[in-house]
Amino acid sequence: MADVSSDPGRWRDVDKLLARPGNIVGQDFEPSPTLREDIGEIARVLVVGAGGLGCELLKDLALSGFKNIDVIDMDTIEVSNLNRQFLFRLQDVGKSKAEVAAERVMKRISGVNITPHFCRIEDKDIDFYNDFNIIVLGLDSIDARSYINSVACGFLEYDTDDKPLPETIKPIVDGGTEGFKGHARVILPGRTPCFECNIWLFPPQVKFPLCTLAETPRTAAHCIEYAHLIKWGEVHHGKDFDADDPEHMQWVYAQALKRAELFGITGVTYSLTQGVVKNIIPAIASTNAIISAACALEALKIVSGCSKTLCNYFTYNGTEGTHIKVTDFVRDTDCLVCGPGTLVELDTSITLLQFIRLLGEHPNIRLSKASVTCRGKNLYMQSPPVLEEMTRSNLQLPLFDLMGKVAKDVIHVSGTSEKNDKKTSCLRKLRVVFKGVADGITSMDTTDGS
Amino acid sequence: MIDQTSLLAASLSLSPPIARFPKRGAVFTFVVGGHHINRRPPVAVLRRLYSLFKIKDQKREDAANSSGRAPVKKQSAGELRLHKDISELNLPKSTVISFPNGKDDLMNFEISIRPDEGYYQGGTFVFTFQVSPSYPHEPPKVKCKTKVYHPNIDLEGNVCLNILREDWKPVLNINTVIYGLILLFMQPNDEDPLNHDAAAVLRDNPRLFETNVRRAMAGGYVGQIYFPRCI
Repeated sequence: MADVSSDPGRWRDVDKLLARPGNIVGQDFEPSPTLREDIGEIARVLVVGAGGLGCELLKDLALSGFKNIDVIDMDTIEVSNLNRQFLFRLQDVGKSKAEVAAERVMKRISGVNITPHFCRIEDKDIDFYNDFNIIVLGLDSIDARSYINSVACGFLEYDTDDKPLPETIKPIVDGGTEGFKGHARVILPGRTPCFECNIWLFPPQVKFPLCTLAETPRTAAHCIEYAHLIKWGEVHHGKDFDADDPEHMQWVYAQALKRAELFGITGVTYSLTQGVVKNIIPAIASTNAIISAACALEALKIVSGCSKTLCNYFTYNGTEGTHIKVTDFVRDTDCLVCGPGTLVELDTSITLLQFIRLLGEHPNIRLSKASVTCRGKNLYMQSPPVLEEMTRSNLQLPLFDLMGKVAKDVIHVSGTSEKNDKKTSCLRKLRVVFKGVADGITSMDTTDGS
Repeated sequence: MIDQTSLLAASLSLSPPIARFPKRGAVFTFVVGGHHINRRPPVAVLRRLYSLFKIKDQKREDAANSSGRAPVKKQSAGELRLHKDISELNLPKSTVISFPNGKDDLMNFEISIRPDEGYYQGGTFVFTFQVSPSYPHEPPKVKCKTKVYHPNIDLEGNVCLNILREDWKPVLNINTVIYGLILLFMQPNDEDPLNHDAAAVLRDNPRLFETNVRRAMAGGYVGQIYFPRCI
């Protein structure tokens, strides 16, 4: 197979962006004929997902000059992927997407190094994600995006003026596609909205009332969901339905057909069954190509500064013609994931009970009847009685100990706050800093492993 | 020959954070893939790639290592919102909540409801709640663990309650779901039936419905179905 990058004219277009000055360049942009090589040497990119978007992203990023790329995907290749996940062939079915994709791109583009990770994103240590300069997402679910977003925003630190520390900002470029529609967004934690800031924009998933499914189905989807949600449990006691098991899917399809016949409904097909049960919308190669091109370009811009970055949410709709819009969404300053929260300085001797009392008096907080949680550990719960009893013994302990004796950390408190005589319940993020405990940021590693 | 790595390390560890990035024109060494490369630094790239320099939080590492703790867990926004909902629960006396996985797993819990009036007075009905990380955008998954003769609860434990599916909104919370369940026992209705036999009896013969409910709760047969005692 021809090595794409051996042609000397290969990098001409990328170099035009990186070696020449311009009028819409980013801040501090310094064009240089060696900029592409510098980026290739230093920048480390993580591509999350090696499917429709992932394949395109690996190609685009490698051809943009990135040389140190990691890709993570827990799935194996299926026949239905082959219409657009172009790095895979029929004989690859069953193999790891990440591994095959990495191998194929490295064969076609010399000099690029792609490290595959065949596992779930939750299986990696948080520190794994900190090794990368930029993370590009080609995911297919809200949950997965939420997870990566919370990991990246977890690296974010603020100074005493509640301004984000630039060296802790982990840029994410998030792409997503659905049929003829897609989006690409740039997330700079602390500067642009994070994934949670705008999560309320997602429309609710279509859910049919159970009684409609049970009594009065009207559409093919009703029949399918009846078989999936109700009939399955009746017949297969205790056995969980597995959407990836073709036998289970076949069973649901057969039952759905029976039900449709009973009610005189048409339109139940095997592929509709898969679509309804797994919430799948047929994927189109061109949408993936467009969105991943936008993402790869943003990654190049962020790393090099060769142009102003997307600000900050790009949507594409190709159902009728081509419609593109860029929206500048605003951060939620109270965001629990990326917001600064409120800075609180405490003595190491303060007990949890004293801390809870302090929350009521602190001028910026004024929270009464507070419950406290830190990194998944519920330190004190006001309610319900069973949890209050379980956590009561923590009240006399020093908060410093309960928080793991670290110099500073993020905790969350919920309770009642009173503003203008109105009582509302709220959940607040606090940055706790313990006085007199040495700050962890004293030494730095500039070389690996030394 | 000057060991430039130590020069770099020395200057960087002593300087305050703002001066962390090398001045233009300085020659220094950086290591890439094990090879030392001496050249004019690509400042443009370095300034952008802030996290090129791994900042180790020494204190946290020490603390974690000394207490032998597992790597730090990530808490999702959903868990935090759930924590708020749970800490504000205001349940009637007849309703008890329990956490089978302990105080730190709020995402899986059980509710036991004991109606004090209506057809189901005196019975005890247990529901399991499974909350996903995408709460409150997704409603909690609720199933009835007690086999019950009820028009809106089927024999598999599926519950037909609008706010659990099509009418769920993120502004609702665990309290509202629990009150919705309690209402199902106070006011069973024949209009959203999951158990159409029970619904038909409720509609056409409320006295028979009452008898059936009592027999089921005491432990017995209603038609061909056996209901274990729950009163």
